[in-house]
Amino acid sequence: MNPTRSETFQLQTSDDVIRMRQMVRVWMVEMKFGLVDQTKMVTAASELARNALAYGGGGSVCMEALADDGRRGLRLVFEDQGPGIADLELALTDGYTTGGGLGLGLSGSKRLVNEFAIWSAVGEGTRVTIVRWTI
Amino acid sequence: MDKIPILKMGHFLLVTIQVDMHDRLAMTLQDDLTSRVVKDRAKGVLIDISSLEIVDSFIGRMLANIAAMTRTLGAESVVVGMQPAVAITIVELGMSLHNVRTALNVDKGMALLIAQLNGLAEDDGNEPNPE
Ligand SMILES: Nc1ncnc2c1ncn2[C@@H]1O[C@H](COP(=O)(O)OP(=O)(O)O)[C@@H](O)[C@H]1O
Ligand SMILES: [Mg+2]
Repeated sequence: MNPTRSETFQLQTSDDVIRMRQMVRVWMVEMKFGLVDQTKMVTAASELARNALAYGGGGSVCMEALADDGRRGLRLVFEDQGPGIADLELALTDGYTTGGGLGLGLSGSKRLVNEFAIWSAVGEGTRVTIVRWTI
Repeated sequence: MDKIPILKMGHFLLVTIQVDMHDRLAMTLQDDLTSRVVKDRAKGVLIDISSLEIVDSFIGRMLANIAAMTRTLGAESVVVGMQPAVAITIVELGMSLHNVRTALNVDKGMALLIAQLNGLAEDDGNEPNPE
């Protein structure tokens, strides 16, 4: 599916995470997502951006507006070239953390979106793709 | 670095968390609040999050930490003003925040703290049921 609009942002500092949250919010308002949809997507984005920063040593997010059969979607692709995740199933378990967090970033953000895909290779990095649709 | 102002209201402290609080600020707030609870001999802390548009697991953990730390020092914390969309989202994210008391607004939060303070005096320090 070809995006109707696409932009990439760097995620190197916690200020970048805040700016990214604001961008996601602005896009979703423009795309006429409801408030709860916006809140869920911005929260998921915040979790994944924090992971890219904390564990991936920084990364980027590509934001894409999608249109499909009358519905609109927002796709976010988070990428980093960090250490990667050896055991994805474990990382996706509620409460699992290696960083003293709550261990809800991956599992929780998966619940907050309509589509969730994760790729990771040890020594290469991690890529998480999420999509939220209007309907 | 900026600081989040902590206001004294009688026996209680009131903190209003601004939109998009920076992470370092969040960490400083935990330290500042615990010192102020001790210094002001506060009996309760109200944390107003009505201007927070999201609560992710980092902020949620901070709120839980504050509640746990102030409780150890004898002050109950109440998180007030959580937006409905935020409440829906944190449940789906999987955060229970079951150790954090919540109230609709500052007035209701204050009433909760006062009721608990009175209850404590009557009950000889027994823990009142938050529900
Ligand atoms: N981008 C990433 N690169 C490497 N490891 C990651 C990445 N994202 C998550 N992880 C690993 O997965 C674990 C779970 O992540 P998450 O669910 O966000 O919980 P938390 O951030 O609280 O630890 C992390 O503790 C970390 O070990
Ligand atoms: Mg995380």
